[in-house]
Amino acid sequence: MRGRQIGSWIGRREDDPKSVEEMPEAEEGLGYRGWIKRLIPLGLLIGVVVGVGWWVLSLGIVVAIWELAVALQFVNPVILPPPHLFIAEIRNQAQFLMPQVGATAVSGNFIVLTVIWMSLQRVLLGLALAFVSAVTLGSLAFYFEIFGKLTLPTITLLAPIASVAWIPLAIVAFGVGDRAAIFVVFISVVFTLTLGTVNNMHNVDQVYINTARVLGASRRQVIQHVIFPAVLPQLFVIMRINLFGAWMGVLAAEMVGVRSGLGAIVVVGRQMMNMNLTFLGMALIGLVGYLLDASFGLVQRRVLWWKSTAQL
Amino acid sequence: MGEIICTDITKVWGAGTPREVLALERVSLTVGHGEFLAVIGPSGCGKSTFLMMLAGLEMPTSGTITSNGEAVNGPGADRSLIFQQPSLYPWLSALDNVAFGLKLQGVARKERRQRAEQFLRQVGLREFAHKHPHELSGGMQQRAAIARALCLGADVLLMDEPFAALDVQTRFQMQSFLLDIWQGSGKTVVFVTHHIDEAVYLADRVIILTARPGRLLDSVSIAMPRPRHVISADFERYRGLFVERLRAEVTKAFQEQELAEMLDTRIK
Repeated sequence: MRGRQIGSWIGRREDDPKSVEEMPEAEEGLGYRGWIKRLIPLGLLIGVVVGVGWWVLSLGIVVAIWELAVALQFVNPVILPPPHLFIAEIRNQAQFLMPQVGATAVSGNFIVLTVIWMSLQRVLLGLALAFVSAVTLGSLAFYFEIFGKLTLPTITLLAPIASVAWIPLAIVAFGVGDRAAIFVVFISVVFTLTLGTVNNMHNVDQVYINTARVLGASRRQVIQHVIFPAVLPQLFVIMRINLFGAWMGVLAAEMVGVRSGLGAIVVVGRQMMNMNLTFLGMALIGLVGYLLDASFGLVQRRVLWWKSTAQL
Repeated sequence: MGEIICTDITKVWGAGTPREVLALERVSLTVGHGEFLAVIGPSGCGKSTFLMMLAGLEMPTSGTITSNGEAVNGPGADRSLIFQQPSLYPWLSALDNVAFGLKLQGVARKERRQRAEQFLRQVGLREFAHKHPHELSGGMQQRAAIARALCLGADVLLMDEPFAALDVQTRFQMQSFLLDIWQGSGKTVVFVTHHIDEAVYLADRVIILTARPGRLLDSVSIAMPRPRHVISADFERYRGLFVERLRAEVTKAFQEQELAEMLDTRIK
């Protein structure tokens, strides 16, 4: 009886709000089971479980092959340590207390989190600075034509320089530390974003602008109240596309000169021939990078919903 | 209030360039206070250009336009333009869209919302005040756009094929809705359309523009009491009249276009 009920549930669309209300128990609110069903829509829950299931399965296959290859001695665990070994490295807090990773001053229990936070805050700070500067610069170039003509050609030439190529300059100019890493993130995004701002501002639907003009808007008001909100979603997309570039930039900077954060873990692991540490660093880099992108996507959908991703 | 006088207005696009186009030639016209005027003509005759100039978004190359006796030099609070394309700002709720003009004037948030709500009620969208444009149907979006235009108290509503993108039923609904709004409001309406039935159904007077360059071909008063019936001998008579006048112009427009294309290929 119950099995049949759940079975009939799976067939329904999870985004259909009616299907939740149609459940007799949820309507009545009888007993605790009814309440649970009301609080957690079963259809949604099944959708999430199935979605997570595929991730676990996909990852599980890779891990299983890897572990198997090591167990059968096809590969050397010193060079390619299997996941259970390098994940265990998280407990090896002493490794991270090394001055090379830059986490000496912090209490011992959350070193991994501290290291992640180091890299993360550099990226976020760099992106925030780049966003503010690019939008300001782009708006000025759009508003004052002469200013645009004077600056945009140079910016166009600076944009294709890879973030990694800025690292030597960053280290010479800012020394070893946070500021160099933040600068690399900033510089890897700011030019592209400035150009994107100007281009998208030129492409705003004329009807939006004319509507505002008919309603009595000045040129400044048109830019502030119409053009700026209209381009915001696209700017966010440009940021998201360049996110991995920025992430790469900060890690490379951490590996080469900055010597703290996730990038440094990977290098320290290699220097000590401790591949457990290197792989742990790599796994964390992948995971944090993914979560960063996913959270950007979430903001995009929730806050900047007026352009759906399909339109972009 | 709401009287528009056009004297000899001419519009040349790209004046002084090889691609110079004479869009409108010596159009003189008076739209009376409270009048509902429809403008019809073959596509490309400069109907929209004409409306843009009345709105003050474009300046005539020569000639003058006055609104309530004052020369039109740009957009003004006395005139409002409603577009064919959806023009509500997708990032604002229906209420904030309607209140947008007041926001530009610096009216405080609470007051402008109160005033906007009144106009939303008038167009029957009060329950949709906090919905965003993508949650509204095409007809609702146009009604909100009309409310936005009314909210600033314009005496003249300029409408550029506002219902052309809507399906037939919604279009009929919107037409009677527009008449309801207009009747007894004392507002002047200039309504551009390529739909003869729409013009005859709505307007006090219909003017016909010629194929490019647009000139004033004819001005016909519609002497039918409202509500008008689309199926009636009178309606049929007006429809026949306009179909005939327009057909000649459309043929001319086509021929001109073909000629232009032929010349283009010769040059190439």
